[in-house]
Amino acid sequence: MTETRIDRRFAALKAEGRPALVTFMTAGDPDPETTLALLKALPEAGADVIELGMPFSDPMADGPAIQAAGLRALKGGQTLAKTLNLVRAFRKSDDTTPIVLMGYYNPIYSHGSEAFVVEAKAAGVDGLIIVDLPPEADDELCIPALDAGLNFIRLATPTTDDKRLPTVLTNTSGFVYYVSINGITGSAAPDNSRVAEAVQRIKRHTKLPVSVGFGVRSAEQAAAIGAHADGVVVGSAIVAAIAASLDGEGRATGATVPAVVTLVSELASGVRAARASVAA
Amino acid sequence: MTAPALPNSFKTGPDERGHFGIYGGRFVAETLMPLILELEKAYDDAKYDPAFHAELSALSNFYAGRPSKLYFAEGLTNHLGGARVFFKREDLNHTGSHKINNCLGQILLAKRMGKTRIIAETGAGQHGVASATVSARFGLPCVVYMGATDVERQAPNVFRMKLLGATVNPVTAGNGTLKDAMNEALRDWVTNVEDTYYLIGTAAGPHPYPEMVRDFQSVIGKEARAQILEQEGRLPDMIVAAVGGGSNAIGLFHPFLDDQDVEIIGVEAGGHGLDIENGHAASMSGGRPGVLHGNRTYLLQDADGQILEGHSVSAGLDYPGVGPEHSWLRDTGRVKYVPIIDDEALDAFKVCTRTEGIIPALESAHAIAHVIKIAPSMSKDKIIIVNLSGRGDKDVHTVGKLLGMDI
Repeated sequence: MTETRIDRRFAALKAEGRPALVTFMTAGDPDPETTLALLKALPEAGADVIELGMPFSDPMADGPAIQAAGLRALKGGQTLAKTLNLVRAFRKSDDTTPIVLMGYYNPIYSHGSEAFVVEAKAAGVDGLIIVDLPPEADDELCIPALDAGLNFIRLATPTTDDKRLPTVLTNTSGFVYYVSINGITGSAAPDNSRVAEAVQRIKRHTKLPVSVGFGVRSAEQAAAIGAHADGVVVGSAIVAAIAASLDGEGRATGATVPAVVTLVSELASGVRAARASVAA
Repeated sequence: MTAPALPNSFKTGPDERGHFGIYGGRFVAETLMPLILELEKAYDDAKYDPAFHAELSALSNFYAGRPSKLYFAEGLTNHLGGARVFFKREDLNHTGSHKINNCLGQILLAKRMGKTRIIAETGAGQHGVASATVSARFGLPCVVYMGATDVERQAPNVFRMKLLGATVNPVTAGNGTLKDAMNEALRDWVTNVEDTYYLIGTAAGPHPYPEMVRDFQSVIGKEARAQILEQEGRLPDMIVAAVGGGSNAIGLFHPFLDDQDVEIIGVEAGGHGLDIENGHAASMSGGRPGVLHGNRTYLLQDADGQILEGHSVSAGLDYPGVGPEHSWLRDTGRVKYVPIIDDEALDAFKVCTRTEGIIPALESAHAIAHVIKIAPSMSKDKIIIVNLSGRGDKDVHTVGKLLGMDI
């Protein structure tokens, strides 16, 4: 398939000698205008790849922070079409920062997989992470997505052993998302040495960049994980920062965008220090 | 949706990837995939192991009280004045419902796999009680996830679970009903993959659960088929069961699927009525295919694919999905699915109690309500078997409230 913004971004960062900061937030949390303002602010704050969550009523793999974000977005009337609109609006001012849509299959299935991948590509989406579509279900969405020129980013987990890894990596593109713990998003921090080992194990099977997520909250953790990985994913901490900035009715305030920008800037300094800390 | 070509047999599914037509499958997070594959292998081994079946059979007989009786409901039959109605008395099983059939099978499988911790979801609490029961019997810790709304409306079952040593975790996410409990159980499982066995209570979820739960529940239909042949010398004209997730129904239906002269009817929860948006739990009569909880099946969902909560007076039917085999049986036309609204179920609850001296579970009352509708117009030589899937003691409080009585 043709090169995507994701491929170009990871190649550039490799040349620069540092890992990527991959940030997650839920589209429409708490409203589309705030999400668009955040999208525009994130690259300058230091986000290298942006994951945009497509809210779903039943987020089985998510912890309390991201569950709550999804509910706020749905309560505000967020839909799949509105999420694509956000990406389209973002692309008017930014044609280089990769956008990955992350979520669950049913809203896409309901919309129609074939139509969705074409619309997503046209809107400026670069890749998809769909939690409940294992490789055994590749014909559902993965193959149509690849055909449409989207990356399909697969999760690998501690339970994915060497025997199963090739199955998981087949048809994976863009990068591999290593889930550092068995559990849901926003759980306990991963054990750094085990993460290093796991990343090395995955790299024996693929040339793709490996990003690590689940449980990463601080600049220090980002630096520690980034010493071994090609990317560090932070989600629940950012979503929690959004939640903490809202008013009593759950509406965005003047503090919402600055709160996220401050956190992402710190995390960005963390990933920039990652390789330095290895050298030291 | 166009009907698929009719198969030679309706009993051969699922295929090796867990599909019943387009339904079923394994839509789970990668963390769970290796476990699901391990479970499938373990179940395939157990399925062909005579020792496994011998142990299950002994427990079913001496512990759960099988076979359950096939009872000619003469009082109800006379009251309706039409077809002869037989009850398959799953309410007489240990723990008071059909749920024990599946729990005994799965706890033996968990033991065989070396798992040391049991988790389960429950709606009405029947499956929670059955899970807590078999966990106590086999000395394994058990955690039951139950929606906070259900914890409130099924208080006696919550107490029973606690007495049996289980931990009951109320789930406040969403509307606090069965689907939210299932989400939370899946979150627990993905966090505790090494030691934990997820004992799913209905014939839904990722493959192999729909097949496995159906197999363990099929004892209902196998017995009923043999019993009616022995008692009446012929097969019934019609069999009827309530469908939430659909485990008692598929258990009764499956052994009859290839008996073409037996009409099969699944009764869904019509709640306040199918025309009330989000006011019912009839996923096949009022939903469309989608993907949730590991399988493709009929779901209650909005235009954007968000899952609706649904509503039923019966906590055990209050689920926005249904087992995938039912979805396939619906599309093929082999089974007809009809809705029964809350008020009809409540009337049936009262009629059954007064004419038979049997207090049925509100779930089973839905099936009886359909029988009340159609039996009078059928001739007296016709035979209907209805699955009395559980006893109604747990619902007395709910029904009392609805009838305006203070109990």
